[in-house]
Amino acid sequence: MSTGASRTLLCAVLLLGFSGVWRLQHGIDAQLNTTRQEQDDLTLRSGALVKALSLEYAPLAADLYWTRVVQYYGGKHESQQTNLDLLWPLLDVTTTLDPNLIVAYRFGGMFLSDAPPRGAGKPEQGIELLRRGIRNNPEYWRFYEDLGFIYYFDLGDYPKAAEVFLEGSKRPGAMIWMKTFAARISEKGESPETSTMLWSEIYNSTSEPSIKENAKVHLQLLRARADCEQLNKLAAEYKKRAGHPPANMRDLVKAGLLPGLATDPVGVQYWFDLEGNAQINPASPLFKEQRVDNKRP
Amino acid sequence: MATPAIEIENLTKDYPFGFLHLKKKTSLEGLTMSVENGEVFGFLGPNGAGKSTTIKLLVGLIFPTAGTARILGKPISDISMHGDIGYLPEQPYFYDYLTAAELLDYFARIHDLPAQERKARVDAMLKKVGLETARKIQLRKYSKGMLQRVGLAQAILHDPKVVILDEPMSGLDPVGRREVRDIILELKQAGKTVLFSTHILSDAEMLCDRVGVIVGGKLRGVGAPDEIVGMKPQGMEILFEYTGDSKGLRGLLSKATQTGSRYRLQVAEADLYATMQQLCGAGAKVLSVSQVRATLEEYFMHLVAADRAQAPAVEVSGK
Amino acid sequence: MRRVGIVALNTFREAVRDRVLYNLVFFALVMIAASILVGQISIGIEEMVIVSLGLSAISVIGLLIAVFIGVGLVSKEMDKRTLYALLAKPVRRWEFLLGKFGGLVLTLTVNTIAMALGLFLALGVITQSDEHLAGSVLVAVYFILLKLALVVALALLFSCYTTPLLAILCTAGLYIAGLFVKEMRAFQSDTVSQAVQSVLRGLSYILPNFENFDVMAAAAHGRAIPGLLIAQNTAYAALYCAVVLAAATAIFTRRNLK
Repeated sequence: MSTGASRTLLCAVLLLGFSGVWRLQHGIDAQLNTTRQEQDDLTLRSGALVKALSLEYAPLAADLYWTRVVQYYGGKHESQQTNLDLLWPLLDVTTTLDPNLIVAYRFGGMFLSDAPPRGAGKPEQGIELLRRGIRNNPEYWRFYEDLGFIYYFDLGDYPKAAEVFLEGSKRPGAMIWMKTFAARISEKGESPETSTMLWSEIYNSTSEPSIKENAKVHLQLLRARADCEQLNKLAAEYKKRAGHPPANMRDLVKAGLLPGLATDPVGVQYWFDLEGNAQINPASPLFKEQRVDNKRP
Repeated sequence: MATPAIEIENLTKDYPFGFLHLKKKTSLEGLTMSVENGEVFGFLGPNGAGKSTTIKLLVGLIFPTAGTARILGKPISDISMHGDIGYLPEQPYFYDYLTAAELLDYFARIHDLPAQERKARVDAMLKKVGLETARKIQLRKYSKGMLQRVGLAQAILHDPKVVILDEPMSGLDPVGRREVRDIILELKQAGKTVLFSTHILSDAEMLCDRVGVIVGGKLRGVGAPDEIVGMKPQGMEILFEYTGDSKGLRGLLSKATQTGSRYRLQVAEADLYATMQQLCGAGAKVLSVSQVRATLEEYFMHLVAADRAQAPAVEVSGK
Repeated sequence: MRRVGIVALNTFREAVRDRVLYNLVFFALVMIAASILVGQISIGIEEMVIVSLGLSAISVIGLLIAVFIGVGLVSKEMDKRTLYALLAKPVRRWEFLLGKFGGLVLTLTVNTIAMALGLFLALGVITQSDEHLAGSVLVAVYFILLKLALVVALALLFSCYTTPLLAILCTAGLYIAGLFVKEMRAFQSDTVSQAVQSVLRGLSYILPNFENFDVMAAAAHGRAIPGLLIAQNTAYAALYCAVVLAAATAIFTRRNLK
């Protein structure tokens, strides 16, 4: 066979072959997607076993599992899936492999407890993880802060929250405001000011991006809630004057009650529902961040 | 005689080298020659002259940059002709995890020999190259000379019509060389065509119908061995014993090299008889008389020097 | 084709004589250690641990053999010049390549079957495992074998034109790249242009996708693997090997043996 002919033949074979590979790959992808849907799997759920298997490289394995935690959470959040069933076993393995991986406890404390869509909605797991963190790292006072958070935000157990903050404030190096929180909470229970201060503290003290982002969203939601309350007051005033609730914010502006159209922290205007209550606009990115479980504050 | 066993026409091989293969080195340049059927042809030349390149081109291990060659009338790109050729690589090496018998059996299978014939052939070949006692030993334990023998066995295993041997004598002791010579002569008697390369003159001289001399990638001459090698006898050498002290011999003795009572003397051919008479007259005992020829080394050195000076090729052919 | 078989058998014989199959001892030790270990550590997931550990060991050992012997298949024969005598015989170069490929795949098949038997033995010792599990473990082993064949083909391709060390790097690189195909497809970044992203996307369908063969999790949980996937993966491996071997042949038939 001449060189030219064999070269042409080779090109044809490669072209045909790769186009076949291309097509097959699409078929396989479709097939794998159906089999892997329920395949959110963690083959090894026992931390003790993983630790035994990873020999002296347990810290390295811990880092790998930690990476998986972040990817798992990020992936679920990205695709707006709310089931975070694997979060606990992953964190369990991670913290067993490396009991001093502070960030894993803090991350876990926050996202295990937080209500959907931002977390797994399992505060009892968050508490267990943080208690383990405290056992393994007694010097680290911020775990009390996180624990207090869960009682305060997720369980609404204010006496317990105050107790935890107070306990944490006694740890060496603990910030003075821990005591302040304890006092405020035991006195007033839940208040928007306390909540804002707590989230601001988290926002300022962490360097873990997903925790920071979460704190930011919570702060934005708190502000939006405060805004809405303010708008509702104005709406009530409007109703008193006009005899009917405002249809939108323009009515309030026309009535001279509002200097301009108010927007939420991400810059989208609020709107009024049929009953005349101010709400976050469904077009706003913040809308989907609101807790699914509206009963909790 | 029909078509020659091997016909080579203008065969050229360049090896690219250097960065991006931009430079090239020519290791064979426009080789044209042929080997007749039933002929034993010796390929002579110093190391790196292009002998191995030519042979590898012929058996299809490398591909020519230009030119063509045919073996038994078929182009060298035609692998089917390989069933009729046998090849011994230079410094052969084989799968060292096999025994000699296993290796030959493997090659016999490749050649598609039927099972019974295979066993018989393998045994016969091992006997022929003197390895029947070592047949069950893995080749990793073989010496260089033994590997050379295995190589020879596999080259002639399938009774090929054309046998191509690259440096078949290298690495062998005198006994081994003798055996290889015998095998080549046997092949010749059986009417096979043999092409072998060597840089050892006496081998070529003893075995070849014709030799080709290659230096610097170019063929410098083709002809019968004595035409090339024995071109100019440089005189005669007389070996004699002498213990006396004759004045008449003083002149001769001063030109001779002495080892104990033995002398070695070189004289021109024309002066041979006169000198002999003189020696005999003085009572010296003549032990031997032999022809002195240019050694192949000298011949090569001459060609290489000519090559370096880019002089026209030395004319040695004289059919 | 007959000569392909002869070369393949000889390649197999080489692997056996070079004591490649001794790795089975190592595998046996791993399985024994694992069986003892799970007895002490975990309750309720012994089966899962044995399956995932066994499959991992089969895969890793197979990969090591495929890469390290694969890259030497051709280059070693060229270096040692064992190829010279063979190619002067009526053997076409593609027959030689295919024989070499077949020989190593045969070696890996024998090795993998032996390891799979060991795995089933360990499973039998640990639990009375159900048929479901056995079926999906068998499929997982088969997929590992398909994957290994593809790795051998790639190693052989690189073995034809580069040094063993470089060939190892290239093969391992492609293998690792082939495990991250999904990430490549989903790759999104503001710093990289749209064109680069679509090139990456296209590449992700052409690169050997080793993720296709990963059903270890399904096997560990004893979930059935659909027959269509088995057929598709078989076709994928066969087609991809054919393409790679065609490329290897194209390179090798032009190759001058110095």
